This record gives sequence, structure tokens and C-alpha cells, in this order.
Amino acid sequence: MAENRQPDGERTGRAAGIGFGLFWIYVFLYFGFIALVLFRPDVLSSRPFGGVNLAIASGLGLIVAALLLSVVYMVACRVVESPDHDRR
Amino acid sequence: MHYESSPVAIAIFASFVLAVVGLSFWLGRKGQSAKGYYAAHGEIHWFINGIAFAGDYLSAASFLGICGMIAFHGYDGFLYSIGFLAGWIVALFVIAEPIKSLGKFTFADALDAKFNSRGIKLAVAISTLVVSIFYLIPQMVGAGDLIVPLLGLPHAVGVILVGLAVTLIVVTAGMVSTTWVQFIKGSLLVFFCGVLTSMILARGLTVNTGSLDPQTRTVAPDGRILVDGQPQTRDHDLRPVGTLAALPARYGDATSTGPLGPLEYLSVLEDSRIITWSGAKTKDAAGAHVTYSPVERRGADLLKPGGYFKGLTTGKLADKLDFASLMLALFCGTASLPHILIRYYTVKDAAAARKSTVVGIAAIGAFYVLTLFLGLGAMTSGSLDPTSTNMAAPLLAKSFSETLFAVISAIAFTTVLGTVSGLIMAGSGAVAHDLVENVLGIPMTDHEKVRCGKIAAVGLGIVAMALGILFRSFNVSFLVGWAFNIAASANLPALVMLLFWSRTTKQGIIAAVTVGMLASLAWILLSADTFEKVYGLSRDASPVPFSQPGLVTIPLGFLVLVVVSLLTRAEPAGRRA
Repeated sequence: MAENRQPDGERTGRAAGIGFGLFWIYVFLYFGFIALVLFRPDVLSSRPFGGVNLAIASGLGLIVAALLLSVVYMVACRVVESPDHDRR
Repeated sequence: MHYESSPVAIAIFASFVLAVVGLSFWLGRKGQSAKGYYAAHGEIHWFINGIAFAGDYLSAASFLGICGMIAFHGYDGFLYSIGFLAGWIVALFVIAEPIKSLGKFTFADALDAKFNSRGIKLAVAISTLVVSIFYLIPQMVGAGDLIVPLLGLPHAVGVILVGLAVTLIVVTAGMVSTTWVQFIKGSLLVFFCGVLTSMILARGLTVNTGSLDPQTRTVAPDGRILVDGQPQTRDHDLRPVGTLAALPARYGDATSTGPLGPLEYLSVLEDSRIITWSGAKTKDAAGAHVTYSPVERRGADLLKPGGYFKGLTTGKLADKLDFASLMLALFCGTASLPHILIRYYTVKDAAAARKSTVVGIAAIGAFYVLTLFLGLGAMTSGSLDPTSTNMAAPLLAKSFSETLFAVISAIAFTTVLGTVSGLIMAGSGAVAHDLVENVLGIPMTDHEKVRCGKIAAVGLGIVAMALGILFRSFNVSFLVGWAFNIAASANLPALVMLLFWSRTTKQGIIAAVTVGMLASLAWILLSADTFEKVYGLSRDASPVPFSQPGLVTIPLGFLVLVVVSLLTRAEPAGRRA
């Protein structure tokens, strides 16, 4: 097995904490969307932005949000796992 | 519908498949160790692995199933896209790095890392096989569906072709060739779906009602196919369907919009009127009939939830629970799929696992955005086969050109190859590494481990072919929903609790995997959908209140693990089961 070069436990813990925070943000967005689909589908038919309806906008928004959160996580991990981070 | 093969289609298809199989033989020339066969030596670059994630994950269900569901039912197909992508959030934020650090070759390695228990290995190996087999079925069905219009061969031939090609890919170079096949497939799929979407937007929307007379397909008692009472021939066949009846009033008398931007396309479609077709089944002495009739609908109605998941609009509680259960399973299932999890062992460390997941999310997210346009483009392309939802995307390509149809079909076929090879790798590891070596305790040299894995791959290939032929009439997205439910119920509770609850015991893990798997499997076999579509019985005869089990069986897995772990805490960890 290739030798793993792991950051130390404290830094890994901080990265995991950031991951959990972002995870719960997405859980809120995703299940909030599912709740709307289940209980207020009429809201999703509305077109608050004029063009596409809220069903399409929120669906596309969830996909974009997943990408944005994952990029935020990758950048945050790079920062907290960097040895320079502790010195700052 | 009756399809004719074209020499261009056959040439492109053959070159794709030969290139992929040739690559596998080339990669397989080097001598192989068990680590090379099962984990590609842990040396795959994170970017390659990220795109290979897309190639592994974007299965026939994603490409053929979702496009077909959007084309025939509107927005509800896109809900699958949203759920399939959301699952990657669990994979990235919760699972990716720990699983890389814990495991070696298989999912069972990770779950068993702390306990070294034969019981865990046995339970997880069986769950891996069950999930992989349930996931294999829709891939093989999709392969059969593709081969009919592409080569003009029977469905079963397509299934057998995929089975043979995939078995060759896996047997020649294991995870190395599987990774590169998935990388190529993932790249081609996203790129050509982008090309097809650009063409849809450039073509815009055009009014084309075509004939609106109902059409009937009959299967006579002697097996003959009749169309509107006459034998089906090349010249007398079902008409392709799926057209636009009217553009928004702002277009006046114009019958075409010209090129549209992505959001403009969706907006115009929402204000248009669309003709969709649905089939009604009847049966009498003359045979089994399906009569397809047109329905003119507002675009706004097709672009909101409820077209496929009828319970969202009827307000029936059981139907709402069914939908909630499916969306929960999609969210929890991705990070529990063994063929996805083993891909984490092919990169060098946890940071590479994380980065490859982010690349995977980018590629997969882009693809799922494109599925919306592909499905809606197919809906109004006038090219849909009313008898097959799975053919929407390739037939959309055919509405542009035969060559594009051949390319898209060949890519779809490669899509199946990529996913099936991942599934067979996961199953092969479960049999050879988990069951034979670790559970039965049969000592094997490195060379024997590889040989055992290859024999298991051949066996799984044969099983996959048989199931693909048996389950021909199913929508592939629907079938994948089952696999996600079983994976999420059997694997996720054990994995999450092992990582985050220090009082988890080996007995708790064994119980959670076993109960989660059996409960979700039993629920599916007793569901109304299975009663109707598999057994041919009335939906009302089903004893379970809704078809998707996840809402009950995922929490059940967690509950069982907590209760059993608390009851068995006294035993010190580390002893063999």
C-alpha cells in the first residue's frame, strides 16, 4: 500500500469539523427542498425570478450548492491542514 | 418500434468497444499483484480518480433512465438527478477520508478494521453482493435496450455483449483497466452530453404536432406483434411521439423560436403547450394491447413535481412517504455503494480521496444539469419511442443525425461498461478477498488471490447477463432506486456509527448490516410496485404501506446497531467472532 502522508490528528479533526458544518448546511437545504415538494408544491410552481419556476431554480441551485460547498471544504482543509496555519 | 441498424452506427459502436477492450488487454500485459488487481496499486492520480468516480457512478440509470423519465413525465425525473448528486455530499463530508484510512481492498476491510471479525466480513460481503447484483440489473437492461436500435439485434444479444466485454475488461487488468475505462467513459459522457445540449439550445423549440391519432400495439397469443391491427413491419409501425403543440403567445404566428439560452429555453417551454403520450393496457382473446393516446399539457404542469410521483399531487400520505423514502435512500445510498467505496482505495491518501470526490462532484453535477435539457429536448423532439422510456436520449440524438445517434449510443453502451465493470470488481473482491480468503480462511498466494478474483468476476458476469434478460421491461431508474435503498439500509448505519460512535461493537455492526439488508430486501419484495410489475398481482394485495423501504429500514439499521452494541458492550473489542 502506498504510504499515507496524513496530517496530524488535531488538524484532521479541525478539517472534519468543517466538513460536518458544511454537511449540515446541505442537509438543511436538501431536506428543506424535499419538504417543499411534499407539502407546498404550489410554492415550487411560482416564478419569483420571472423566468424559470422555483422547482427548476431550486433543483439547479441544489446541484450548484453541492459543488460550491465541496470547493469551500477543499480550500478550508488545505488551509487548516497546512503547517503554516498553526503559526498564524 | 422497429429499428434499422446503420453501417455508421455499427462502425462507431464497434470501434468504441474494441478500443475499450484493447486498452484493458494493453494494461493487463504487466504482471499483477493482488494490490494491483483490487486497488490499482493505490497509485491513481486524484483527478483521474475523480473523473473515474463520474464514470463509475453515472450509470445507465442516470443517462438512459433519467432522460427517459424527464422526457415522458417531466420534472420528476430531475428529482432523481437532485437526489443522486446530493448523496455525494455524504460521501465527501462524512465517508471519503475515513474509508480511505481504514480500508485496503474492499468495503468489508473498512468496517472490519477495528474488530477483525469473520462475522463482519461475512455480513458485509453478502451485502456487497446483494447491492451489486441489484445495481447490475438496470445496467444490463439498459445495455439490451441500446443494442436493439443500434445494431438491430435482439435485446438479449445486447445484454450478452455487455456481459462478455465487461468480464474481459475486469479479468484482463482488474481495477487498473476498470479505472481507465471509467475515466474515458466519464469524460466522453459529460462532453457529448454537453455537445447534445448545445445542439438542443441551438435548435430551439419548434411546433410540430404530427398525427394525433391513438395507436395500438398488440402482442397476439402466437407472439406476433400487431400495430393498429396489422402486422408490424418496417413500413407499418408505431409513430414516434413527443411534440410541441404551441409556443407562448408572445411568439405570435411563429412556429419556431430559433436558438435559445439555457434559462430562456426552460422559460419558453414552461409557457408552451406540449403533447405527451401515455399507454393504456387491455387484454382480450386477440392478445395484450397497449393503446397510446396523446394528451396536450401545459409546459408549466410538466415542469413542476407530480408528473411521475402522483402522490405529490393527490395528497395521499402513503404516496408522500414513498417519495420521501426514495429521496432519503438516494441521499444516504451513494456513500454506501460498494463499487463507489472501493474507488477510494485506488488513490494514495485521504487528501487525494477528498480531492477526487470534489472533482467527481463537479463532473457529476454538470452531467445532472445537462440531463434536464436532454430530457426536455427529447420530450419535444418528435422522436420518442412510446414503448421505451429508456431510449429517449439516443433517439433525441437521432433527431439530429444518424452519426450523432451512433456516437451517443456507443457512449451509452460504454457507460454501461464502465459501471458494470466497477460493480463486478466490487463483487469479485467480496467473493475472493472477503469470503474465500477471510471468512473461509483459505490461504492464498498473491497470484491465487488474483486468479480467485478473476473466477469470481466471470461468475458475476454470467449472473449479470441472466438478470439483464429477465428484467427487460423495467425502467432502469426505478430499479436503481432499489439498489440505493438496500445499500443505504445495510451499509450506511454500520459505517457511520463505526466512525462516530465509540461504543459500537462488532455484534452491533453484524446485526445492523444483516437486519438492514434483509428488512429492505423483504420490504421491496412485498411492495406494491413489485406485486404489480414483477408478480403481475394487484397493488392492493401488498402488505406494506409504501414501496420504497428506506424511510423505515435506514433508521431501523441505526436502531439495531445501537441496541445490540449496548447489549454486547461487556465483550472487549478485538476478539475474533
